[in-house]
Amino acid sequence: MSIKGKGYIVGIYEHPTRKADDKSLAQLHAESAKGALEDAGLTRADVDGYFCAGDAPGLGPLSMVDYLGLKLRHMDSTDSGGSSYIIHVGHAAEAIAAGKCSVALITLAGRPRSEGQATGTAQRTAGGNAPDVQFENPYGPATANMYAMCAMRHMHQYGTTCEQLAWIKVAASHHAQHNPHAMLRDVVTVEDVVNSPMIADPLHRLDCCVISDGGGAIIVASPEVTRGLKRPKVKILGAGEAPKHQMAGHVDLTYSGAVWSGPAAFAEAGVKPADIKYASIYDSFTITVLMQIEDLGFCEKGQGGKFVSDGNLISGTGKLPFNTDGGGLCNNHPANRGGLTKVVEAVRQLRGEAHPAVQVRNCDLALAHGTGGSLGTRHGAATVIMERE
Amino acid sequence: MPSEERKIQAPQPNPETKAFWDAAAAGRLMIGKCTACGQVHYYPRAICPYCYSDKTELQQASGTGTIYTYSVMRRAPVPYAIAYVTLQEGVAMMTNIVDCDLDKIRIGQAVRLVFKPSENGQPVPMFTPV
Repeated sequence: MSIKGKGYIVGIYEHPTRKADDKSLAQLHAESAKGALEDAGLTRADVDGYFCAGDAPGLGPLSMVDYLGLKLRHMDSTDSGGSSYIIHVGHAAEAIAAGKCSVALITLAGRPRSEGQATGTAQRTAGGNAPDVQFENPYGPATANMYAMCAMRHMHQYGTTCEQLAWIKVAASHHAQHNPHAMLRDVVTVEDVVNSPMIADPLHRLDCCVISDGGGAIIVASPEVTRGLKRPKVKILGAGEAPKHQMAGHVDLTYSGAVWSGPAAFAEAGVKPADIKYASIYDSFTITVLMQIEDLGFCEKGQGGKFVSDGNLISGTGKLPFNTDGGGLCNNHPANRGGLTKVVEAVRQLRGEAHPAVQVRNCDLALAHGTGGSLGTRHGAATVIMERE
Repeated sequence: MPSEERKIQAPQPNPETKAFWDAAAAGRLMIGKCTACGQVHYYPRAICPYCYSDKTELQQASGTGTIYTYSVMRRAPVPYAIAYVTLQEGVAMMTNIVDCDLDKIRIGQAVRLVFKPSENGQPVPMFTPV
């Protein structure tokens, strides 16, 4: 069974807050749900499927289903970290195709900034019974140094440079200047990035995404429901998901799970990387973007450094306009999970509702891709390809 | 050496991993070995991740290897080097590179096993350049 054409993204919402010390976590989820339903022209009573991940408070989806007053036929709390919501879009289309629901609500929210989390540099704390913890925590794995080890190996193996990585941040900042909600709106240069303080070699402060509060929601609906709605129609063409891990000690940090999730999504959609007009690419760090671009097939393996240089990711001038909202590097990273906002900006592009300064012309085919968990240990990759109908 | 002043979080052994940490306390680094399929793995497991046999045992590693990748965490009270070291036996493990100039660590560098005490005294396997 293919999901091609079985589900449409009919509602999106990105919470405007970047610091929510006056709101609760459940409230942020609910405000996002309300925003996406209003965008779609649907109501609470239309929702019969709900999707959330580990950022939702309570046991799986149960507390939020209660808080939101939902009556459901289907629920799914698949958690692969920040890429969860991209997986949820694919799962929602699967559930719709199987007749398990007709209107799926996906929500995300978090308050790491209000809670004062040192997301990237704090050492991981002891975590229950996960079998890897005792073999890793003594060594001080944070988030930044895990991704930094991928960057270090990529540089060693392929000659990638700090300046090439910096171009990714430069492109994101060119887009963020047009987003009034973005945390960082100043355009930066390659020099600004490589001269910013070193966090974990070889990643500088400006190679890292922001820490922000916020949230968002997506509504996926059946073709039948979609026909009755007024918004531009965004059809889901294909999706792929894939975990990657340490392979029992055969560690290879030069590639991500996108080498599997990408081809699966492209095959289902029946399109090629060269057909994609706009790409939302998870940008927890600059290296995350570079590796995923290679692994998705936008350039040859090892050539990502050259590919992202000289503004090639900047809308209007580059070959692969990416993250036109400013992405995690400049706009926001709600709940330390950037997958949902990746889908949201891709839908804006397909609807022609991105900021005019960054709107890709004739944007009829877009991709959203994410990496959740940690690129340096174990992560979940997720790809979704969407088309304007 | 600054890397020795960092507080090392103590591992919390469980019934499956107690023998690994007991060996570490005696100065030995162990890897997983499956006597059914012959493959070695890390971290050690009761069920072989290759063939799902339960005929697994601990095998002492030689304690030499090379640095596969590393990163020096600068945003920490005491900077430290985290790394993956590929052991002579072929498996790679997360570790720290210690007792050295952190600015001179390089990928491909040969390293040898040392043990450093964690917060509760349990020795933890780390590596230092040869």
